[in-house]
Amino acid sequence: MVNETAVAIARSVSTRKTSARETIDALYPYVESSDKTIGSYLSLTHELARSLADKVDARVKAGESLPLAGVPIAVKDNMCLRGTVTTCGSKILENWVSPYTGTAVQRLLDAGAIPVGKTNMDEFAMGSSCENSALGITRNPYDIGRVPGGSSGGSAAAVAARQAALSLGSDTGGSIREPAAFCNVVGFKPTYGRVSRYGLIAFASSLDQIGPFSQTVEDAALCYDVMGGFDPMDATSVDRPLETTAGHLRADLRGVRIGIVKEFATSELGSTVDALYKKAYADLEKLGATLVEVELPTAEFGIATYYLIAPAECSANLARFDGVRYGLRVDGSNVQEMYENTRAAGFGPEVKRRILIGTYALSSGYYDAYYVKAQKARTLIARDFAKAFESCDVIASPAASTPAFSFNAKSDPYSMYLMDYYTIPGSLAGLPSLSVPCGSVFPEGGSRAMPMGLQLSSPLFAERSLLGIAHAYERATLHAEKLALPQIASV
Amino acid sequence: MTTAALDVSPDVIAKYEAVIGIECHVELKTASKMFCACPNAFGGEPNTKVCPVCLAMPGALPVPNRAAIEHMIRAGLAFGAEIPTFSKFDRKNYFYPDMPKNYQITQFDMPLTQGGVVEFWLEDGSRGSCRLTRIHLEEDTGKSSHAGSGDGRIAGSSYSLIDFNRAGVPLMECVGEPDIRTADEAVAFLESLKRTFVQLDVSDVKMEEGSLRCDANVSVRLHGAAEYGTKAEIKNMNSFRSVHRAIESEIARQIGVIESGGRVVQETRGWDETTGTTHSMRSKEQAHDYRYFPEPDLVPMELDPAHVAALKAALPPSPAVRHRRYVESYGFTVAQATQLVDNVRLAEYFDRAVELTNAPQAVMNFVLGDLSRLANETETHVADAKITPDALAEVIAMLDAKTINSKIAKDVLAKLWIAGGSAKAMVEKDGLAQVSDPAALAGFVDEVLAANAKSVEDFKAGKENALKFLVGQVMKVSRGKANPALVEQALRDRM
Repeated sequence: MVNETAVAIARSVSTRKTSARETIDALYPYVESSDKTIGSYLSLTHELARSLADKVDARVKAGESLPLAGVPIAVKDNMCLRGTVTTCGSKILENWVSPYTGTAVQRLLDAGAIPVGKTNMDEFAMGSSCENSALGITRNPYDIGRVPGGSSGGSAAAVAARQAALSLGSDTGGSIREPAAFCNVVGFKPTYGRVSRYGLIAFASSLDQIGPFSQTVEDAALCYDVMGGFDPMDATSVDRPLETTAGHLRADLRGVRIGIVKEFATSELGSTVDALYKKAYADLEKLGATLVEVELPTAEFGIATYYLIAPAECSANLARFDGVRYGLRVDGSNVQEMYENTRAAGFGPEVKRRILIGTYALSSGYYDAYYVKAQKARTLIARDFAKAFESCDVIASPAASTPAFSFNAKSDPYSMYLMDYYTIPGSLAGLPSLSVPCGSVFPEGGSRAMPMGLQLSSPLFAERSLLGIAHAYERATLHAEKLALPQIASV
Repeated sequence: MTTAALDVSPDVIAKYEAVIGIECHVELKTASKMFCACPNAFGGEPNTKVCPVCLAMPGALPVPNRAAIEHMIRAGLAFGAEIPTFSKFDRKNYFYPDMPKNYQITQFDMPLTQGGVVEFWLEDGSRGSCRLTRIHLEEDTGKSSHAGSGDGRIAGSSYSLIDFNRAGVPLMECVGEPDIRTADEAVAFLESLKRTFVQLDVSDVKMEEGSLRCDANVSVRLHGAAEYGTKAEIKNMNSFRSVHRAIESEIARQIGVIESGGRVVQETRGWDETTGTTHSMRSKEQAHDYRYFPEPDLVPMELDPAHVAALKAALPPSPAVRHRRYVESYGFTVAQATQLVDNVRLAEYFDRAVELTNAPQAVMNFVLGDLSRLANETETHVADAKITPDALAEVIAMLDAKTINSKIAKDVLAKLWIAGGSAKAMVEKDGLAQVSDPAALAGFVDEVLAANAKSVEDFKAGKENALKFLVGQVMKVSRGKANPALVEQALRDRM
């Protein structure tokens, strides 16, 4: 079990108090047994981990300074890592072995991180509970009767269950922040364009962004500093110097203005949840921050806007899964039939639904009414945020409206889409945003207290300020540490 | 629709006018592909010039090729096109096995170049022009080959193989306005495009290697009609000759359809080289909805007007402008002008020598005559030989001043071809200057008269040929340097 933060592990391996190899070898038996219950991982990369750990130990011995020396990481299964099966949680890629390694993953490995395995996810990152995975079930470590959130549910659960010190997720409309909130961990989505998407299997290209899950804000900052920055392989990555964050964490919030969104009134979420967020906002104030009310009048159109743009992009992005070059192929009497058979068998219902929505939204005659209009709405939402940030440094809100729900509780797709109500507007604006644990509530009919997350969002490229503020709140409240992780039954 | 009678009489055909618009795809000459670092080169073992990006592996992303964008801008500028300050890429969605992403990255509503005019000329000396709608940048597909059907066609084949070496090669699509009226003009238009692209070194423009591919939209109408007829799009033409034949055949077919009371259907038709006819491929009702939308993996292009202006200033004169100058200002024949223009480096050499001499006719005679012959003999381009335009200009000036005669000029050119250097210096050093001094000439004349008494007799008997012989003898004695006109005069005087 991972008992230390990434920062502590890296320090320990760097000073040779322990080795990367020992760290990894000690971790795998726990991962293997606990994962029978939790199901964070779709595949483990034990062989690769051992050989990389030995290399890290040799590099440390040779005097190299590695910021993530020996830190066990979990990688969402939509990120390419050469030689590993990379499935996107889909039957269509069930046996596909990536022939190359994506930039963000490579930067972590170069910094000494050790990949434990690839984590479960909603198929092609489409979902908010991990239930859309075609390849396995992931359970919430705080209540195995509940979902871990999604789409990066496996990566959230892996860090929550101490099966990895850090993990990578991808966030398109909330796929890092919502599962982080559900699993009592920190989940951070950087500014769109800050972390290279090269090697991240696209869902919606203009929204997808890689980010870390961690036990602490400090660990997230460390991970971000390593993997962020321009990449010539991604034309949408931003070519300007990365402002590092780990050395700029703060102890209090004096002089910080925190925006509370008028349209995100928590009173509608029930008295327990309302009280929890009121308390969180009060705690921010206690640390010296000033609370200011801000307005996001177009935020309510976030979900409608998102569910046109993201499916439109995915309808093209997923066209390459056709049975011709790789992945599943189900033969037919001609190529058209082969396409149809392959895609019918390979994609699950939610993926098909979004491809259909997107194809429709881009069709001749509907394009202006749907896609173009959604792009205009997206611009308006971004403008609302820009205006709000004229009077505050970060915006605070719930990360999700409820704690983790039970399996099969959201059978209606729209009720599932609503889980991302608070996270989607910031995604459309490309903002850096994170979820930090902010306490727990007993869900209706639940026997265990379940974690909740506070979402903090900042202006574009203000990661340093955002992580600094989140760190101050986290250290002052210690909510993650206060909620005990239940004993995970070994099966 | 059945095939209508194609044997319409020339009188009937003459009642009609064809309206033709050409669209062509031109592969750009760059070191690497459009969106990845794979080499952009024709041929090679199948699937050896590929990477995760051009194979559309999951997670791979495109990064645009700056050189290809610059080629496009220069190509557009060469035709006087407008280059916008803002342009973008779009996705064109359709499934086809040789297109790895099942969408093509192309440009829909904001192409890199808009407008422009292609000037062309025909063999008979007439000139014409065709407006360009636009030129846009996109990526090429791979190549399919079908096995098991015996004839390489997809129908009846048992499986298909795909070579992705060509997938992702930068491609510019040039869309012409329907300004063309004859098959001759269509070919002349394509030749003008080709000359320009070769001159700019933006493409090899080889139809046989597929680096130039074109479609023709053809319709017919009665002369004087205001409305266009219904058009058919002709595909599968793989040489300029087949473009010509296909258009002629299609014009005759459409006239035949109309004359026999039928209606031309809007459709795509394939050209069949062996039968010399076009056949229906698909009708408009089966047209795709390509669902274009802006490519989210690429950021829009903001083009710096100062950079575009610099590219424009650095452009060489266009082949059409050059051709017009050669014909209209220099009085060359269309064939002579075309011969020069078709060989850009020769035309540049020619232009430089004309600048130095202001004697285009003399320069043309040497460039297309002696120098081209030497080029053939030595298999060396004139521009690569040691003889400089400056040396050629010196030779012409010395001829003009009668310092040397034409025989010596030929010898000097041949020597300079290999040795280079100044023609003037060579003539001085080797003592090749023409001898016009009466005393020196008198010496040669005396010698020849003394040795050829019989010829003198013949001349005196009225045989003019004898004089020619004697002049030749004087030239021989003077080793070619004697001024032939003065020699003749001196001989006459003496005899």
